[in-house]
Amino acid sequence: MTAAATPAVAFRGVGKWFAEGGARRSRSSHKWVLRHVDLMLPAGRTSALVGPSGCGKTTALQLVNGVYRADQGDIAVFGDPVPETNIHAFRRHIGYAVQGAGLFPHMTVAENAGLLARLERWEADAIAERQRELFELVGLEEALDDRYPHQISGGQQQRASLCRALMLKPRMLLLDEPFSAIDPITRTDLYQQFERLRDHERITTVLVTHDMREAMRLADHLVVMGDGGVVQAGPPDEVRAAPADEFVRDLLATAR
Amino acid sequence: MTLARLLAAALTGGMAIGATADPIVVGSKSFRESYVLGESLALLLQREGFDARHEQGLGGTKICYDALVAGEIDVYVEYTGTLAEGIFDIETPTAARLTVALAPDGVEMLPTFGFNNTYALAVSNAAASARGLATISDLAAHPDLRLAVSHEFLDRRDGWPGLQALYGLPHSPGGIEHSLAYRAIADGTIDGMDAYSTDGELTRYPLTVLADDRGFFPTYLAVPLARADLPPAARAVLTRVAGTLDEARMRTMNAAAVDDAAVRRVASEYVARIAGAPAGARAPDTAPNLWTRLGANTARHLMLVLSALVPATLVAVLLALLVFKIAWLSRSAVYLAGLLQTVPSIALLALLIPLVGIGVTPAVVALFLYALLPILRNAVTALGGIDPTLRRVATAMGLKPAEELRLVFVPLAMPAILAGVRTAAVITIGTATLAAFIGAGGLGDPIVTGLSLNDTRLILEGAIPAALLAVVTELVFEQVERALVPGHLRLRGA
Repeated sequence: MTAAATPAVAFRGVGKWFAEGGARRSRSSHKWVLRHVDLMLPAGRTSALVGPSGCGKTTALQLVNGVYRADQGDIAVFGDPVPETNIHAFRRHIGYAVQGAGLFPHMTVAENAGLLARLERWEADAIAERQRELFELVGLEEALDDRYPHQISGGQQQRASLCRALMLKPRMLLLDEPFSAIDPITRTDLYQQFERLRDHERITTVLVTHDMREAMRLADHLVVMGDGGVVQAGPPDEVRAAPADEFVRDLLATAR
Repeated sequence: MTLARLLAAALTGGMAIGATADPIVVGSKSFRESYVLGESLALLLQREGFDARHEQGLGGTKICYDALVAGEIDVYVEYTGTLAEGIFDIETPTAARLTVALAPDGVEMLPTFGFNNTYALAVSNAAASARGLATISDLAAHPDLRLAVSHEFLDRRDGWPGLQALYGLPHSPGGIEHSLAYRAIADGTIDGMDAYSTDGELTRYPLTVLADDRGFFPTYLAVPLARADLPPAARAVLTRVAGTLDEARMRTMNAAAVDDAAVRRVASEYVARIAGAPAGARAPDTAPNLWTRLGANTARHLMLVLSALVPATLVAVLLALLVFKIAWLSRSAVYLAGLLQTVPSIALLALLIPLVGIGVTPAVVALFLYALLPILRNAVTALGGIDPTLRRVATAMGLKPAEELRLVFVPLAMPAILAGVRTAAVITIGTATLAAFIGAGGLGDPIVTGLSLNDTRLILEGAIPAALLAVVTELVFEQVERALVPGHLRLRGA
């Protein structure tokens, strides 16, 4: 990353709150999930947002694709603010995958993976070609494409979900705990696959995880979060060499 | 044209019977004597060259009177005592008082047929002889006698409450459909019932009519009630029935009118007698045969059901799609639809008459309202129950709101929506039989007629096809579900 390059994601003084206790929204009963957050994520790299549950890392992820809107501060994605209008087109260029895969149960693997391409009116041949390419990339057998999600394993579902996220060759990939609900052996396999994908495609990726070991292994850039804000950010080696405080040190201890 | 009539015409696009001004519509209440007299008036008018039609079996007093005032029908036969008590609350009804009371409604009382169809209390011959019952006063000493009376009688001041007070009767009778009471008394299920003095059954069943020894029951002279705007020529024709029937004649006619065809024959003979032409000059047996009737009734029934079900499905599903993301709105919508469901169907039909008249329109409106709830509730529950992760993924991957609905929400909720429509369809098929009470036809027609004529064959002619229709509907929906929902998402045991 050159110093002059535009960051993929830039938060400046970002705050986000949610109403507490149901539908009645009043200023007195809201809870700040993020407060005064400054954040820079480099383009073309994999960044990991890591921290305990409730630290606001998933909220931060969904501020990037405009599913949530910031209550304070500015967010820029590749230099431009998250658009107010035509947000759908914007989101289609940001791939999204979640814990448990989130495949639509009434669609086959191929239908799930190709959904956005069909909506974008790609030719059937182009969709099939892209699907073959992606199946190869994530290590999914071609023969599974007409199965429904419940007919394949959790690891296969997660690979299919990655294919869906990558279908339109997005500028960025948002991954929300994608490896969490996977058994350890399959997970190691998925890590290797992901590393290949990362090194091969050089796609900007934001990975949300509570697992420090996973973050240290997969990320080029580490953002340690705790209780509504960023505690420390930098390359994994730097963070490991000089933890900012006790909290980071404890988190690092879990990754040994 | 009255305002109500204009309103009815505007609301229904001329679908309600009577909304077009041309034919003279004769209504009748849902019992045999009313059928016979209504049919007779229609035949009489036809014989004199009028375009007249008999709208048979519209229900009770209130439904008929309201339909007359609203201009949905032009004439029907009422009883003076019923008018005085049921509509106007007049203590001693004289012709003059009733005429004055009717005038503001634009209704005119024509000369009476001549017979007095008053209430009577009847007990089984067995009970009468075993206990020596001859008068109503005798009942007071036998509190263990099981009595059941018609619902109207149970409520009217000139019915059970007044009778009980005057005679000091200790019984608390249940309410029962009048024609079923004859069955019950013949079976020995009950010992006594209310009856009309001209009931044909009085001659056919082993019954003893108790003397009204303290003179409680008022007179119930049968009179044609006509709209004041009826053409004078037609009015003149209708006055010809004056004094043509006494109680014995009416009872004989009622006893002979055992089914639909017989009603037409009896009416035709009566009309021939008073019009002075040979009986049977107009062949009465134009009654279509069983299969034709069955086909026509089933087709009409399906039309009623589909006219209600298709719009109800569209409205309920659209409504569900609009409200399901907002919890309190979803709850309100389901409560509201549930509230509609609690209105008894007969009551709802009666309430709709002043708004949309009689016939097909109010029936379809009522069925539509009833079909909303099951569809709406299933759709709202299913849509609201979609996995939040899937909803978030749909949004985050960049689906537009319409695409989310079309590609994700509706397909995922489809099994439950289909189950709701299926439930609504079966309910509608059943409820649609009640539509016959307000002249909408369908498979309820033979049931209603069969009930008042005490004719099991006619009842089955409506009930069996309705049940078969419900079964066929279930099978059709199974196929629809097979076509629309992948196997692993189908609801089991629904």
